[in-house]
Amino acid sequence: MDVLLLLIPLALFLGFIGLAAFYWSLKSGQFDDPEGNAARILHDDLPLAPPPKPSLKTDENEKAGVS
Amino acid sequence: MQVPDFSSYITRDAQGAHRLLLAVEGMRCASCAFMIEHLLQKESGVEARVNVTEKRLSLSWKGEKEHFRTLLQPVLDHGYQLAPIDESNSGDQQKKEERFLLLCLGVAGFATGNIMLLSVGLWSTDSAAMGLATRDVLHWFSALIALPAVLFSGQPFFRSAFAALSKGRTNMDVPISLAVVLSGAMSIVQTTHHAEHAYFDSGVMLLFFLLIGRYLDVRMRGVARSAARDLLSMMTGFATVLKENGTEQIPLKDIREGMVLQVAAGEKIMADGLVREGLSDVDTALLTGETLPQTVRPGSSVFAGMINLSAPLTITVSAARNESLLSEIIRLMEKAEQGQARYVRLADRIARAYTPVVHVLALSSFLGWLLLGHASWQDALLIAISVLIITCPCALGLAVPVVQVLATGWLFRKGILVKTADALERLAGADTIVFDKTGTLTRGRPRLVNGTVLSEGALKMAASLAAQSKHPLSQALCAAYDGPLYALSVQERAGEGLEARYEGQSLRLGKRDFCGISQAQDRDDAAMEIWLAQDGQPQQRFVFEDEVKEDAATTIAALKKSGYALHMFSGDRDEVARQLGAQLGLVHVKGGMNPKAKHDALAELQAQGRKVLYVGDGLNDAAALSVAHVSMSPASAMDITQNAAALVFRGDKLAPVPTALYLAKKAQALVKQNFVLSLAYNLLAVPLAVAGLVTPFIAALAMSSSSIIVILNALRINQTKA
Repeated sequence: MDVLLLLIPLALFLGFIGLAAFYWSLKSGQFDDPEGNAARILHDDLPLAPPPKPSLKTDENEKAGVS
Repeated sequence: MQVPDFSSYITRDAQGAHRLLLAVEGMRCASCAFMIEHLLQKESGVEARVNVTEKRLSLSWKGEKEHFRTLLQPVLDHGYQLAPIDESNSGDQQKKEERFLLLCLGVAGFATGNIMLLSVGLWSTDSAAMGLATRDVLHWFSALIALPAVLFSGQPFFRSAFAALSKGRTNMDVPISLAVVLSGAMSIVQTTHHAEHAYFDSGVMLLFFLLIGRYLDVRMRGVARSAARDLLSMMTGFATVLKENGTEQIPLKDIREGMVLQVAAGEKIMADGLVREGLSDVDTALLTGETLPQTVRPGSSVFAGMINLSAPLTITVSAARNESLLSEIIRLMEKAEQGQARYVRLADRIARAYTPVVHVLALSSFLGWLLLGHASWQDALLIAISVLIITCPCALGLAVPVVQVLATGWLFRKGILVKTADALERLAGADTIVFDKTGTLTRGRPRLVNGTVLSEGALKMAASLAAQSKHPLSQALCAAYDGPLYALSVQERAGEGLEARYEGQSLRLGKRDFCGISQAQDRDDAAMEIWLAQDGQPQQRFVFEDEVKEDAATTIAALKKSGYALHMFSGDRDEVARQLGAQLGLVHVKGGMNPKAKHDALAELQAQGRKVLYVGDGLNDAAALSVAHVSMSPASAMDITQNAAALVFRGDKLAPVPTALYLAKKAQALVKQNFVLSLAYNLLAVPLAVAGLVTPFIAALAMSSSSIIVILNALRINQTKA
C-alpha cells in the first residue's frame, strides 16, 4: 500500500490542475454570457444587409412614390 | 438619428484605448448582437463585444475620443437604441456575486469528488482489512482537501449566518454553517485520535449540493433588471434649447419651466410642455398605447416620452423633467419594485420554521446522550453533530431551484421567457387577470377591413399616395395592395393627409375634413378611417380596425372557465374598449385610462386582497406591470415594458398566458412535493442519527439519494403536455 503515498498526491495534483483551469476560465469571463457564447459558434460572417430606409418622412425629404 | 453625446461616459484603459459601455435595446436574438459587432469591427484597433445575456455593448477604440460618433452611427441606422451605462452602478455587484458563487461551487465540487475518491475505500471496508496506517493516511489526505475547501466554499453561508446572528436572528445558513464547521472540526479530532470514522466527505458534499441550489437561484435573479432604472437611462441626453442668440444643447437635468425647446422631426420630446409653434404628428404610444399618432398644433399639450414624427416643433416647457408625467411613472415603478421585494417565498418561510427545529434536535440529542445515555461528552458531541449533518437541508436547498430551472426551460421552449426567480410561484397564486387592450388583446397594428368592397382603381390610387408615408394607416393601406403603383409626387400635410396630382386631377388621402367632408364622425362609430378625394370630391372611405388576436376569444373563455376574474384596462377611448370587451366576453372594461390610472386601479384591486396577473405591452402599462402581483408582456412590447414584466412571451397569440398559468401551478405542486420528499428523508434519517447509528457512508448515501430523488421528481415537469 505504499504506492498510495505516491498515487494519491498525483491524483490530487491532476485534479488541482483542473480546478486551476476552471478558476482561470471563470476569471477571464467565459461564464458571463452563456447565451451569446452558445450562439456565437453558429454565426457565419455573411455580408451585411444595408440599413433600412430612414424612418422619417419630412416635407424636405419627399420623393417620387414608386413601389 | 444622431449618436448622442456619450463623451462623459468614456473611460481610458491601461493601454490608452478609449472604452465605452452601452446598453443596447432592440436586439431580437443573438444574430443582432453579432451583426452589431461586425458593424463596429470593420476598422482595425476597434474591439466590440456584445454580451447577449446582459444586452450590453463593450466598445474600445484607439485614437480620437470623438470617433465613437462615426463608429456607432451604423448601429443606430439599423434601428437599435443605445444608452450609456455608468460603470459604478451598472449591476456589477450581481455579476461578482454570481462569479464568486460559481467559484465556490467549483472548489466544493473538486473537493467532493476527490475526497469521495479516497472515501470509497473507507466505505467499502474497515480498518481490520486495510490496516490502521492506510486508513489514517486516507483520513489525513481527506483532511488536507476538506479543510481549505470548507473554509473557502463555505464563505457564502458563513457570511450570511454571521450577518443574521449579529442582528440577533437566525436563518437557514446558521445550522448549515454549524454542521459544516463542526463536522470538519470533529473529523480532525477523530483523525488525530485514530478513530474509525471521519466525516470530511459529508461536510463538503453538503456544501456542494447547497451551492448548486444557491447558484441556480442567484442566476435566475440575475436576469431581471430594474425597469425603472432602464427608463431613466433611456431619457438621458440633451435637449436643444432656444435662446435669443441661437440654440444650445442642455443636459436634461438642467431643463427648467419656461424654457423653450426645439424638437426636430424624429426626436423624442424630453419634457412636458405646450406647443408654441409648429404643426406635426406625435407618437403617443409610449404614454397612451394608442396606435394612431396625434396631431399637435400651437396650444396643444405634449408630454415627455412622446416622439415627434413629421415636422419640427417649438415647445414651452411647463414642467421640468422631474415633474413630468414620465417621471411620475418612473417613481411609481421604483416604489412598486421596492414593494415587490417584501414578498416572502415559500422556501424562505419553510426555512424559518426549519432552523429552530434542527438546533433543538441536535441539542437534545447531545444532552440526551450525555445525561440519559451516560455517554462521554465526546461521543454525545459526535452524535449531535451527525444529527446536524443529517438534518441539513441539502435536498431542501435543491427543492425549489431545480424545479425552477426545469420549468423555466420548458416555458422557454414554448416561447415564454421567465425573468424573475419568484415569477412562477406568483403566477401559481394569481386569481385575477387584467388585460391591456392595444397590442395585448389586439395586434396593435391597423388592418384594412373594407378591402372587398373597394374598386381596384381606388385602392391602387390610395396605395400610390400612401406608399411613402410612415403613418400606420398608410402602411396598413399599402399592405392591403399588391401590385404596381403610380409614380406620384406626394406632399404630406402633418395632421391632415397626403396630397398629389395625377393626370390633371388633384388627389387627397386623409382625414374627413381634408377630403371635403364636413360632417364629423359619429362618436359611436369607433372605426379608424381615411378618405380618398379627387378634385375636392370625396370618393372612397377606407375603414381600418386593430385586428383582434385570433385566439383572444377562446383564451378568454378558457380562463373564465378556470375560474379567473377577468378585467380590461385600456388607454384607448371608452367606446372602442367596450366594443372589444363585448366581442370577447369581458365584463369589467375600463377605457380612457392613462398610465397612472391603470396603476391606481390595479393597486385598488390588490388592496381588495386579489392577486392580479397583469398582461400589457405599452409603456403606459409599465407602472401597472410593476405593481401587479405578477405580470406578463408580449415580446413585441418595448424593452422597457419587457423589463418591468416578470414573464415575456413571443408570438402573436394569447395562448401563452393560460399555458404559463397552467405550468406555474404544476411547478408549484412539484415544489411542494419536493419539500415533502426532503422532509420525509429527514424524518427517516433523524432517528438513525439520534440513535448513533449513522456512519459517514450512511450520511453520504442519504444526502446523495435525497438530492437525486428531488431532482428526479423535478424532471417530471417535462411530462407536462401544453
